[in-house]
Amino acid sequence: MRTRSVLDRQTIVVIGFLAGAAMLVPIFNGLVAQDSALHVPDHLVPLLGKYLCFALLALSVDLIWGFCGILSLGHGAFFALGGYAMGMYLMRQVGSRGVYAHPVLPDFMVFLNWQELPWFWYGSDIFPIAVLMVVLAPGILALAFGWFAFRSRVTGVYLSIITQAMTFALMLAFFRNDMGFGGNNGLTDFKDILGFPLQAGSTRLVLFVVSAIALGLGYLLCRWLVESKFGKVLVAIRDAENRTRFLGYRVERYKLTVFIISAMLAGLAGALYVPQVGIINPGEFAPENSIEIVIWVAVGGRGTLAGAILGALVVNAGKTWFTGALPEFWLFALGGLFVFVTLLMPRGILGTGQELWDRMRQRSQLHQAAPATSQAAE
Amino acid sequence: MTSLRILLRAIALLTAMAAGAMAGPFEEALPKFSADSYSDTEAAISAVAGSGHERALTVVEALRDGRLLAGAGQVYIREASNGMIDAATGEIVGGAGNLKPVRVNNRVRRAIEAALGNLTLLSSDTRTRFNAAQAVFRSRDASALPVLERAIAQESDLRVRGALESARAAVILNKPDAPAVEKKIAVEILSRRGDQDSLALLSNVSASSAPDLAKAASDAAEGIRTRLALWNALQNVWYGVSLGSVLLLAAIGLAITFGTMGVINMAHGEMVMIGAYTTFMVQEVIRLHAPGLFDASLFIALPLAFLTAGAVGVLVERCVIRFLYGRPLETLLATWGLSLILQQAVRTVFGPTNREVGTPGWMRGALEIGGLSLTYNRLAIVVFAFSVFAILLLVMRYTSLGLYVRAVTQNRRMAGSMGIRTNRIDALAFGLGSGVAGIAGVALSQIDNVSPNLGQGYIIDSFMVVVFGGVGNLWGTLIGAMTLGVANKMLEPYAGAVLGKIVLLITIIIFIQRRPRGLFALKGRAVEA
Repeated sequence: MRTRSVLDRQTIVVIGFLAGAAMLVPIFNGLVAQDSALHVPDHLVPLLGKYLCFALLALSVDLIWGFCGILSLGHGAFFALGGYAMGMYLMRQVGSRGVYAHPVLPDFMVFLNWQELPWFWYGSDIFPIAVLMVVLAPGILALAFGWFAFRSRVTGVYLSIITQAMTFALMLAFFRNDMGFGGNNGLTDFKDILGFPLQAGSTRLVLFVVSAIALGLGYLLCRWLVESKFGKVLVAIRDAENRTRFLGYRVERYKLTVFIISAMLAGLAGALYVPQVGIINPGEFAPENSIEIVIWVAVGGRGTLAGAILGALVVNAGKTWFTGALPEFWLFALGGLFVFVTLLMPRGILGTGQELWDRMRQRSQLHQAAPATSQAAE
Repeated sequence: MTSLRILLRAIALLTAMAAGAMAGPFEEALPKFSADSYSDTEAAISAVAGSGHERALTVVEALRDGRLLAGAGQVYIREASNGMIDAATGEIVGGAGNLKPVRVNNRVRRAIEAALGNLTLLSSDTRTRFNAAQAVFRSRDASALPVLERAIAQESDLRVRGALESARAAVILNKPDAPAVEKKIAVEILSRRGDQDSLALLSNVSASSAPDLAKAASDAAEGIRTRLALWNALQNVWYGVSLGSVLLLAAIGLAITFGTMGVINMAHGEMVMIGAYTTFMVQEVIRLHAPGLFDASLFIALPLAFLTAGAVGVLVERCVIRFLYGRPLETLLATWGLSLILQQAVRTVFGPTNREVGTPGWMRGALEIGGLSLTYNRLAIVVFAFSVFAILLLVMRYTSLGLYVRAVTQNRRMAGSMGIRTNRIDALAFGLGSGVAGIAGVALSQIDNVSPNLGQGYIIDSFMVVVFGGVGNLWGTLIGAMTLGVANKMLEPYAGAVLGKIVLLITIIIFIQRRPRGLFALKGRAVEA
């Protein structure tokens, strides 16, 4: 493992980058002249905010995959659950401004001829409860799922496959109108959050900054976790699960804890994502989305935390560019990325960079050392 | 007027000569068509149809097509080739004065349909008679009774006779003034027929009739209901087996690559898709160059699909997977990437829309066994899936390739020491698994849309089947596929298609907790597989 000083440097870089983004984007958006090259146009702000949410999501996957060896192919489910919890709050905020102007029921319920709010929508109009649900809903699902899975020692590929089945089942469930989450269309047509209109530039800037702060805090939390003794046990589980168990650690508890934390982070990412893109629908549960998250982490560098953030930003920026300029080739590029990274860059951008850096340093040290030894020989 | 009278007489004479009878109900009924009143037209139709006259069918058909013209008590039929003919005799007539088409409304149209049903009862074609009997069974038109009696008397085909008799029973049961004895016989006949329609008829009876008849009817209805429920359950089992064999086809290649080699091939579904597109290509070529071969197209496509998908599989193994042995999670990601590339490649070449794959003639239609309806294409897929399974089992057990694959699976290094070229075996086994996926694609092209997304729909289900059945065991895959298929179809009537599927997925997730290595796990002493 890397030395402590390098890790600290990484933390400084990540936090510095996020702080810079949180300060510079509002400045370049609001204060720099429109025709300037540095100007950040309005439509870019929620897009960048979206990237930050994805980065937080990638971070949550890296925490369990990179440090505990749990490859979840269903993390999109936790993300979407968090998103739905936030979407419910935003839906209730619409109030009587909906198409059917019903004071309590969201539009889709009126449309389905429902007379009253289902019980699980109670309290969703209160912001603190909504925020609580954002972390609780994914957390409870992760607890239930992980409790069974880890206790019966489902590991490796099997776990990946059943996580995929989990998100698939949830997708099918949320597509149903009877579920009470808007079915096919999901939740959309939001008006405002905490009284601030979502369409306004200032609200979007605030959301962007909040996303950056959340990502920074999430990063610090993960960093603290993996640095702690808890994190060392996680790494031990990743590298030799049975040996760790034989040493007397309750492997299931460690796995379950980190899985729940990761799910909550993913839920938080989803909750920040929804107000910025303005919609949440069952498509977010699609197994393909969850696999895509894993590739962000792999591209950036598994088990580095900062790599997950970097990967999410790079791949998503690439996606935006590709789907705009060469829509036909996006899947080729993404597919190629999967193959390329797993075959040739298994440690991702950060890991490979680190390797090159170390090698260069070694070589220069060798060069410095070589004359000394030859002198000594003389 | 005199010329008219002469004409009438001539008609009567000719008819008498032709039919061997004097002016009967047919001739009496015809003039009613010219009355220009719907109720008269309706009466005329039923009289004409009931007359049993040989020209009755022609007249009613002409009326249906708007070719029946009437004026001044005379009725004619306009024919495309011969101009005008007399409705009663079929003789060509010249200018016939001021004629108007006989008007029809919905009520008349219904009468026409019923009459046509009755008339075709006497057709010389067996199939037409059968269909006509079915039509009467549904319409329960009392006016058909005389024709029915005649048709039954002269019917020689057993199947048609049965249909005619149940039609007669339906009519009698529906006729208020029919004698009770006949009604009882009708109930008996219907209870023997025992389908949904008979059930409806019998339940209608019980409401308002003599107590003993009502009892007979309700008993019969009860019997039918039990029998129908049984057939229904059987039909659901059949649907389940049919779905199970689709799952088996999709998963069996995976059972080799994942089950025995331990390679997670997320691009497996795309191999199925490649097989389906191969079928499409084969059919295109046949359509252009040898249309006569169309019925054999699937048999031509089978080896080609096996080779194409197998070749892609070998290529994938050589270029990507062989570098990733022992790293299942990385394999999963890399093959997922490959699946995206393959999908997009097919989308670029063939376009994103569904491609039309035709069904050969021998796969159309359905086999009726009692209350079961087995469509031939589903039947073919079930048979095909089991044959593929059997062949694969034999290959794995009795060929040298199978032996080598098993050896490499059990102990790679030992197998290598014994002189088995493990690299080649890996490639061949992967090719075999992909090739089997390819021929699955040929079969699935018959029941699914051939689009670039074809494979994606099967990948999760296939993995579920393999994991459920137990990795490394072909029998487990068979049992897994059939269990999941039947369970899915049994749940569907109660929970609906989507909820049923969700329930099943959750059940599998819980099942894997209980038995993490599947139904038929390989026993071993290794702590970590």
